[in-house]
Amino acid sequence: MTEHAEPTAFAFDAESEAKITTVMAKYPAGKQASAVLPLLDLAQRQMGRATGSAWIPRVAMDVIAARLDMPPIRVYEVATFYLMFNMQPVGKYHLQLCTTTPCWLRGSDEVVAACRKATGIKGWKETSADGLFTMTEVECVGACVNAPILQVNDDFFEDMDAESTEALLAALKRGEYPKPGSVTGRQTSAPEGGPTTLTTLNFPSTSAGAE
Amino acid sequence: MVKVTVDGIVVDVPPGSNVLQACEAAGKEVPRFCYHERLSVAGNCRMCLVEIEKAPPKPFASCAYPVNEGMVVHTDTPMVKAGRAGVMEFLLINHPLDCPICDQGGECDLQDQAVGYGRDSSRYTEAKRAVKDKDLGPLVKTVMTRCIQCTRCIRFSAEIAGTPELGATARGETMEVGTYVEMALTSELSGNLIDICPVGALTSKPYAFVARSWELKKTDSIDVLDAVGTNIRIDARGPEVLRVLPRLNEDVNEEWLADKGRFAIDGLKRRRLDSVWVKRDGKLQKAAWTDAFAAIDARLKGVAGERIGAIAGDLADAESMLALKELMVSLGSANIDCRVDGAAIDSTRRDFYTFNTSIAGIEEADAILIVGSNPRREAPLVNARILKRRRASRLPIAVIASPADLTYATDNLGDSPDVLASLIDGSHPFAATLKAASKPMIIVGQGALRRADGAAVLAACWQIAAAVGALSDAWHGFNMLHTAAARVGALDLGFVPGNGAKDVAAMMGGGVAAQWLLGADSLDTARTGADTFVIYQGHHGDAGAARADVILPGAAYTEKDGTYVNTEGRVQRGQLAIYPPGEAREDWKILRAFSGYTGKPLPYDTIEALRARLEVVNPVFARLDILPRFGCTDTSGPSAMGGIVGNGKFVDAVPNYYQTDPISRASPTMAACTATYVAPLQAAAE
Amino acid sequence: MLSDADRIFTNLYGIGDPGLTGARARGDWDGTKAIIARGREAIVEEMKASGLRGRGGAGFPTGLKWSFMPKAIGKLPHYLVVNADESEPGTCKDRDILRHDPHKLVEGCLLASFAMGAHAAYIYVRGEFYNEAVALQQAIDEAYEAGLIGPDACGSGWAFDCYLHRGAGAYICGEETALIESLEGKKGMPRLKPPFPAAMGLYGCPTTVNNVESIAVAPTILRRGAAWFTGLGRPNNAGTKLFCISGHVNKPCNVEEELGIPLKELIEKYAGGVRGGWDNLLAVIPGGASVPLINKATCDTMLMDFDSLRAVKSGLGTAAVIVMDKSTDVIKAIARLSQFYKHESCGQCTPCREGTGWMMRVMNRMVQGRATIEEIDTLEQVTRQIEGHTICALGDAAAWPIQGLIKNFRPMMEERIRAYKAGRSMPLAAE
Repeated sequence: MTEHAEPTAFAFDAESEAKITTVMAKYPAGKQASAVLPLLDLAQRQMGRATGSAWIPRVAMDVIAARLDMPPIRVYEVATFYLMFNMQPVGKYHLQLCTTTPCWLRGSDEVVAACRKATGIKGWKETSADGLFTMTEVECVGACVNAPILQVNDDFFEDMDAESTEALLAALKRGEYPKPGSVTGRQTSAPEGGPTTLTTLNFPSTSAGAE
Repeated sequence: MVKVTVDGIVVDVPPGSNVLQACEAAGKEVPRFCYHERLSVAGNCRMCLVEIEKAPPKPFASCAYPVNEGMVVHTDTPMVKAGRAGVMEFLLINHPLDCPICDQGGECDLQDQAVGYGRDSSRYTEAKRAVKDKDLGPLVKTVMTRCIQCTRCIRFSAEIAGTPELGATARGETMEVGTYVEMALTSELSGNLIDICPVGALTSKPYAFVARSWELKKTDSIDVLDAVGTNIRIDARGPEVLRVLPRLNEDVNEEWLADKGRFAIDGLKRRRLDSVWVKRDGKLQKAAWTDAFAAIDARLKGVAGERIGAIAGDLADAESMLALKELMVSLGSANIDCRVDGAAIDSTRRDFYTFNTSIAGIEEADAILIVGSNPRREAPLVNARILKRRRASRLPIAVIASPADLTYATDNLGDSPDVLASLIDGSHPFAATLKAASKPMIIVGQGALRRADGAAVLAACWQIAAAVGALSDAWHGFNMLHTAAARVGALDLGFVPGNGAKDVAAMMGGGVAAQWLLGADSLDTARTGADTFVIYQGHHGDAGAARADVILPGAAYTEKDGTYVNTEGRVQRGQLAIYPPGEAREDWKILRAFSGYTGKPLPYDTIEALRARLEVVNPVFARLDILPRFGCTDTSGPSAMGGIVGNGKFVDAVPNYYQTDPISRASPTMAACTATYVAPLQAAAE
Repeated sequence: MLSDADRIFTNLYGIGDPGLTGARARGDWDGTKAIIARGREAIVEEMKASGLRGRGGAGFPTGLKWSFMPKAIGKLPHYLVVNADESEPGTCKDRDILRHDPHKLVEGCLLASFAMGAHAAYIYVRGEFYNEAVALQQAIDEAYEAGLIGPDACGSGWAFDCYLHRGAGAYICGEETALIESLEGKKGMPRLKPPFPAAMGLYGCPTTVNNVESIAVAPTILRRGAAWFTGLGRPNNAGTKLFCISGHVNKPCNVEEELGIPLKELIEKYAGGVRGGWDNLLAVIPGGASVPLINKATCDTMLMDFDSLRAVKSGLGTAAVIVMDKSTDVIKAIARLSQFYKHESCGQCTPCREGTGWMMRVMNRMVQGRATIEEIDTLEQVTRQIEGHTICALGDAAAWPIQGLIKNFRPMMEERIRAYKAGRSMPLAAE
């Protein structure tokens, strides 16, 4: 773990508090510890909003422990067990690169190399000098028929290759945020060129929810 | 009972047992690391594998598998042997195998089981894992690379000690046991982590690199640094006590030992009184025993009995207290007292001053009221028993004392005795809780009694017990929690002022011309009369010795055979593990020798004879180790001595757990604990 | 070939509206009240009769699992927990249900919960599926709004709450008891069994954990009848299944087909065939990373169902078909899976915690050939020392791919070792 400055105070803001109310209502009385993952997530998102770096300071874990009536060590255990919680600051764009076999078979090495080239980041879990990017190697993100996947913060960018990776990072550097999903224009998980099934059905479709 | 066959041996085990227990019942050894009978089952080390017939054809972790009627278990099949050898190999691949420099060597489960169940060599050729050590405070040393992630320490901290500070962070092979945020463990039971750790990951910091277990002479004894009467084993080499470990006693300490009893022993080597001293020309000077006796004899000659007094300290053994008491009788004095702290204890009936429910009996209680006590600091193992009961039953616990973290949830009813009246008359809601309970307990601490209204508070507490139904033929729910190992024994043998004679307070300020202090160190010596001749008999140059005219070097508890009666009233015997240093002698022998010198010898030449005399004085001394439980047949309570309950705040009897007596005050380890744990709190309070 | 009329997930690709209007148009929430009116027993019996086997990997009969819940509701509430922690490498089918057909899942939750006497269901969605969780939450909100769930679900008189709970990045939480631990706010460490969740699950209450797909197909089965479902697929392998075809195919995709479809047909008809043609096929991992791979010869005639794959000592698993053509360094492909399991081991049991790291390190050397021939045997033995010696099946899952590799490609591993010794080291990948 690299050394980093830990803030001395943390308090949930109004936006987080509103969500906490919804979260806490999901669990039976006395089972508030169930909310520890959601609260850690909210703390991380709040840090992202407030500082541009979505991570969880130690003091936030203590706040959550007190809030949920848990010993702090139980929160530390949970926070360090789940990989999505960043225990140290990350860049504005957290590049989560899946390199597990299905992505590797489809060229994740290329995507990794393109990210390194574009960001100058050498190792995993490192942040670019401009503070814009952190590269993390992740395990299968569950979108394998659209491999390789480059997850940026919450969004999956799919069917990546070196070229599309460079284009994506260039756009992010310019302050743009391209539309997530398949970069080849595929219809989600349907085969390239369009669905070969579900073609005979004709439901009245509102396109509101279609991607 | 459930019938189980283990390797052809049929055993009956209670329903709810696990297969490992059934194997033990059949006399079959089952190796294990994570399993510990007093902790929740983790089932993670996978060492205790057995084969079970009619179950899927794979080995099962016996600790985690419940028995069924007719179950057939095998512990010696090729599958079991291969399974255990495999687990053993995995445990060792990342273990440093640094046994030659490991303090656990010689008493290491991993070492033993590797020999018993492992392969003869490892096939692992990759780099080994290294884990950063953690600083857990002055008592527990860590070498975390040795950790096998059994999680016993984590479970102990949370379940037994009630201080959930240890955990396993991260995951997989990067999982690390520790506190995550560097901190000293705050438990008074942390030394037990060393015992339950099956490897050398957690070892004793003060004992680091001191000795190998096979070099030590082991003596069974009793801890005297609180009034619990923890059964201990003293490990010594030559003239030095090197460590103290707990011995199993289910009724008292189970298999635990509180940190002071374990770690204060380095105080036994420091500030010791190992010579006879006599004050000459205003200065203490080394002398021979006969010179000291002569000086005392000369000074006492002609002094009237009522001008002589004796005070027994908190660590004294019953034998020496009886000898001192009878010496005073021969000197014509009834001015004797053991209540050094001035606690208003009524010694007229034994159940007025003992922990009648018994420590093990806590596990039957269904409501507890604690008055003027912080059991966590005064008797950590009594507190652990309360926590155990609380975890098992969620029983309601209320406290009238200054607010403190007792490791379990409590209802604080205030910090002064003015709430007692409403508990007696039933108007307080907690009175209803106690009444509704079938086995309510009232625990009265010394903080409730060391005060002007102590007798009234004591009487009020008894009245609460009577009012809520805590005193019945079948259940005695009135309990006094003592802090001094000597106290109950002293009360049992009548080390209290005779009729009209002087108590501690009356002996001070010149109330007597001569004072014999038997290890009495908690006195305010500033109040000792200017002309009072003080004979200090004890083992440490502490407060008492500082004001002495004659010092008679006595023996510490590790250096003598002695009888102690714990807070429950349980009579137990400690044994000499090493000889007293220098000129020091066992205390009863000093008293016997002095009586001989004066020509009126006490009537016992051997400790057996003295013990026979103890039994005559009070038959309870014959009831060694065993504690019969009595109900309460007489609900009339102790006398309030005409006092009334005031409203002054209760003051904790033990403000600093780590320094309570001459031994712990002399201990560098306890000083380090005080600096780590107590000083910051005191600084914060100021 | 399965006709579209027999497909359950008719919005699999998200072409239509995933919202309530679209869902209703596709037949969801149709007659739900009447299904509930049939009663708990009837629903469980119908599910049993349908022969539906759990779609999460183990293939345990869903109706039978439901029947394990206590018949009467005692002092403790019953819970349904839906496993949407889809993390098995190769698998991305539940993702499509969550984002494109979430109402099937919500309706399924209601029916399954009712059938098991549960008034509440928790859907545990893997944390990385953030957008999918948003879509599902929208469906839940719509269902509440429309009175389909809530205090009087669909007017049935049954009170039912449906909650979404997001994970935070731990494959092990796909193990049902680890998932329950995680849902309770702990580390996702699998529990000792017994007790099983049906007796003591979430918050110590009777609980059934089902995969997303198993629950989402239930409403259609109950509407169209068990006979319709058993008419599809093969005996003991009834119905349709979502397949995920990834790796070296021309057109990777998800598709719903009948169980028992020939692997070759699945790949060629839907995924555009193996890159470079069928004869360029090296091997297939047929059911997600945890099942042993099968070689080309086996693939030629392989039928994609539970029993057929089991017969060749592999498994249908999640029906995630990972295709590897002849350009693949299959040792590296499996070594990367070893890294996956090492990374995802919870660390609880000794064999898995220590063994997954050991296997990964040896596998990484095997990729280079920096090993001895005997070490292949040692590696094989290490997999056996892990398999069957742990609380959960992650240890087994970590062992099987390596066993499959050694069984099918041992000569290649030996050749690699000999080449390394001879100084003909393989070109290494970019890393």
